Amino acid sequence: MAILEVKGVGKRFGGLHALSDVNLSVQENIVHAIIGPNGAGKSTLLNCLVGKLMPDTGSVLFQGQSVLGRKPHEINQMGISRVFQTPEIFGDLSVLENMLIPVFAKRDGSFRLHPFETVEHEAEVIDKAMEMLVEVNMADKRNMHAAALSRGDKRRLEMAMCLVQEPKLLLLDEPTAGMARANTNKTIDLLKQIMDQRDITMAIIEHDMHVVFSLADRITVLAQGTPLVEDTPENIKGHPKVKEAYLGETAA
Amino acid sequence: MLGLNRKDTTFLIIVVLLTLFTPFLMQPFSEGSAMAQFNGGYPDLMAKVAIFGIFAMGFNILFGLTGYLSFGHAAFLGVGSYSAVWMFKLLTLNVFPAIILAVIIGGVFSLVIGYISLRRSGIYFSILTLAMAEMSYRLAYSVLTPITNGETGLQVRATDPRIFDGEGAADYPNLFGLELSTSQKWEVLGHVFTFNVGYYFCALIAIVMFYLSMRIFRSPFGLILRATKSNQQRLSYTGLSTRPYALAAFVISGMYAGLAGGLLAAMDPLAGAERMVWTASGEVVIMTILGGAGTLLGPVLGAGAIKYLENIFSKINENVLHEWFHFMPEWLADPIVFILSRFTGEGWHLTLGLMFMAVVIFLPGGLIEGGQRIANRFRKKPPEDDDAEHHPKAAPHVAE
Repeated sequence: MAILEVKGVGKRFGGLHALSDVNLSVQENIVHAIIGPNGAGKSTLLNCLVGKLMPDTGSVLFQGQSVLGRKPHEINQMGISRVFQTPEIFGDLSVLENMLIPVFAKRDGSFRLHPFETVEHEAEVIDKAMEMLVEVNMADKRNMHAAALSRGDKRRLEMAMCLVQEPKLLLLDEPTAGMARANTNKTIDLLKQIMDQRDITMAIIEHDMHVVFSLADRITVLAQGTPLVEDTPENIKGHPKVKEAYLGETAA
Repeated sequence: MLGLNRKDTTFLIIVVLLTLFTPFLMQPFSEGSAMAQFNGGYPDLMAKVAIFGIFAMGFNILFGLTGYLSFGHAAFLGVGSYSAVWMFKLLTLNVFPAIILAVIIGGVFSLVIGYISLRRSGIYFSILTLAMAEMSYRLAYSVLTPITNGETGLQVRATDPRIFDGEGAADYPNLFGLELSTSQKWEVLGHVFTFNVGYYFCALIAIVMFYLSMRIFRSPFGLILRATKSNQQRLSYTGLSTRPYALAAFVISGMYAGLAGGLLAAMDPLAGAERMVWTASGEVVIMTILGGAGTLLGPVLGAGAIKYLENIFSKINENVLHEWFHFMPEWLADPIVFILSRFTGEGWHLTLGLMFMAVVIFLPGGLIEGGQRIANRFRKKPPEDDDAEHHPKAAPHVAE
């Protein structure tokens, strides 16, 4: 069953057709990679899915419900989480505090006035946050300032903050951009581990073919704002159209 | 105790003791000694410290936690004062109705202004609040003269109805008959200590407000406000709607400001438009940053330091300076007095400006950071870093 259904989405910036007639369906519990050369419209598509951009035409359905016109926080509450290209975390807060916020957001919804409760007394919330930190091996860093973490740790923290909310769909925007090979492999292992242990779907935008072919169950190739082909990794590797558009220069 | 952990309870008890013993602490020099002019233990000044402490505490809930820099908080202070004086005029000189209305009106005003201003963030938010406050000031100064009595200011008069005050009721703001201006003087070992009802009333409210702000800082709400300052993008992609949180902080700080305005009127029952002018809004920003934005006690210390120094420095006029330097030959004393007098008396704002610059450049965390650095030097160990909020980093103050 498709968890995310993109139908006929188009987006123009002035004279530029960033996306035109994009049709895409992401099946449940798989890793679906979206690849394509620079300027193919990958990030624009992602921004249309999370409420940052409003497409000019078409529809985006998540579990049968439209996400268009909703704000990012509403879309998150529906069950879509997003990991950014450069990790977005709360740099001024401690690692544990970073983890507490998504747990509160999941429990209390998008706004709740609770000025006279005490964070320290919320044992359940703290336990849940700590459990997640243990899972990503960061429990010993819980009192560190998040801004002081290494880049790899920031990425893990951001993923942990998304996962602790148990999203149905996790969107990843180049999760290994700018990482050394060793860290890239660690991230791949972490994502594989997440897929094995959780009931989750991932849509991933990635430049690194090594990452794509290690993870993806399904690949969509985007070129000049339209999907070129959608197939399994094995078939994509040998596809002549894809080679021409993209893989020709970078991998093959 | 009171829902606080042990560390915070100790902290609160220290603050309570400091507040209760202020009449001693601010009166360290014996009467008649050369240093007596540096004493600050008179009721008017002490009450002002408590009141502006409340004002700065509230401002800190907005600015220190969320990073939204409002340049219009004096508007809520002024509105609080006007509402309080109207209560004095219409109902009774008992301070309770006045203060309750001041808080409510401060909250309503900040809800309106906050709702509009929070459509933008960063510098645009600051400009919007500044514009709103200037509009309020102009309204109070001229347009709304029937309500505000324009440039003369609103005063309590003998002809006012005061429907709850019977014959022979106190004609000064009071607590069920006990006038706020009542003072008890205590002379001991050449010192004169003054215990004033008004000061203790303000101090008691300040302690309650300090406790409330402590609870807010420790709550999930406070945590989310700090996250607003840190990264709004992540916050909204984490499923939280940032604007209602910022608005709630804005209204809470507006209510603190309204309360402070009401107390100012209770100590001295008149309200003028100059209380809302933009320099008054700037003053609370300076108090908060000087003491340490985002820390619990910092803003109160900042308010205390500024109000105390303002009082002391404004009293040092040229005559006083001449007296100090009369042991010097005239050709030396005159230029020294000339230069120093630019920074004292009327020119005390120059000193304040220099002080503010020094703090922002050398102690971005304010007086609190200064205190911590000194404490760490004595302890000779590296600063603990387990409590981010008590060790504010040199982060940009304004939310992006």
